[in-house]
Amino acid sequence: MFGQWRSVAKEAVDRALIMAEFCCFLHVIPNYLCSSTIVHGPSMLPTLNLTGDVVIAEHVSHRLGKISRGDLVLVCSPQNPRKIVTKRVVGMEGDTVSFFLDPNFGDRYRTAVVPKGHVWIQGDNVYASNDSRYFGPVPYGLIQGKVFFRVWPPDSFGPLGKD
Amino acid sequence: MGTKNILWNCSKKAFTFGLIGVTVSDRYGSVAAVRGASMSPTFNPSTSSLMDDYVFVDKYCLRDYRLSHGDVVVFSSLTNYKERHIKRIIGLPGDWIGIRHCSDVLRIPEGHCWVEGDNPASSMDSNTFGPVPLGLVAGRVTHIVWPPQRIGAVERKVPEERISSH
Repeated sequence: MFGQWRSVAKEAVDRALIMAEFCCFLHVIPNYLCSSTIVHGPSMLPTLNLTGDVVIAEHVSHRLGKISRGDLVLVCSPQNPRKIVTKRVVGMEGDTVSFFLDPNFGDRYRTAVVPKGHVWIQGDNVYASNDSRYFGPVPYGLIQGKVFFRVWPPDSFGPLGKD
Repeated sequence: MGTKNILWNCSKKAFTFGLIGVTVSDRYGSVAAVRGASMSPTFNPSTSSLMDDYVFVDKYCLRDYRLSHGDVVVFSSLTNYKERHIKRIIGLPGDWIGIRHCSDVLRIPEGHCWVEGDNPASSMDSNTFGPVPLGLVAGRVTHIVWPPQRIGAVERKVPEERISSH
């Protein structure tokens, strides 16, 4: 009689553990392995379309410190922590970056050195991108992942990488 | 054959609990050690004690970034993403803050916060490296869990004279 209850309890615990494990996979895989994102905005034209591109990002490289110049990264915006933006890493720590003050008009440019522990991110579309040229270099800790593949639209299906 | 089975079962259980542990510690809360004396007397009040304080870090507040003045937070270092610091939030976006040792006044930009250690004599904080982006905040310290004689909630404290909210 008691033995029956014991086996029912054991099965209940096993099933509960499987459910908990499934819920944990729902957290661990998008945060530690890879996830998909819909990107929108004009700041990464012509690499990414204006709206509706679905890209796959991996979350392993930035934890190992393997992000380098030219990578497309997902970054927590320094102006709004709830917003994640997609930009390209143009300078790593120690690099000297130059950028035009106004790309539409004139030749004046400014030079900056990227401090330790920071990266310089820019959108591929310099005419319509709010990036490090406005809010300065961003700490490496704000990088959330590296975009490496595009799955939608179907005619642009394929890897995304350094230019 | 029997030992292989037991080993496989044990590693499956270990994997499951590891996964659950990582999820809970990322989403709800975890325990962290406080090193250094920059938050004396709130944490590590005596340098002669052999053990560091351990605190409970709440992660649930990160969903909406519900942080207020006086919260003690854990954040990744600006110069080395692998290091974490524990300091108190003195200012939130839009506040005007008076920098210590300097008669300058600074407006905290959108999406950033101003952090300071409770021990002004030995604290590397926003007075040194400037405002910290809120995206680097990894949790809020709510309780001390070790040593047993100082178990209790961590209170909010704000130095009113150095900050002016908008």
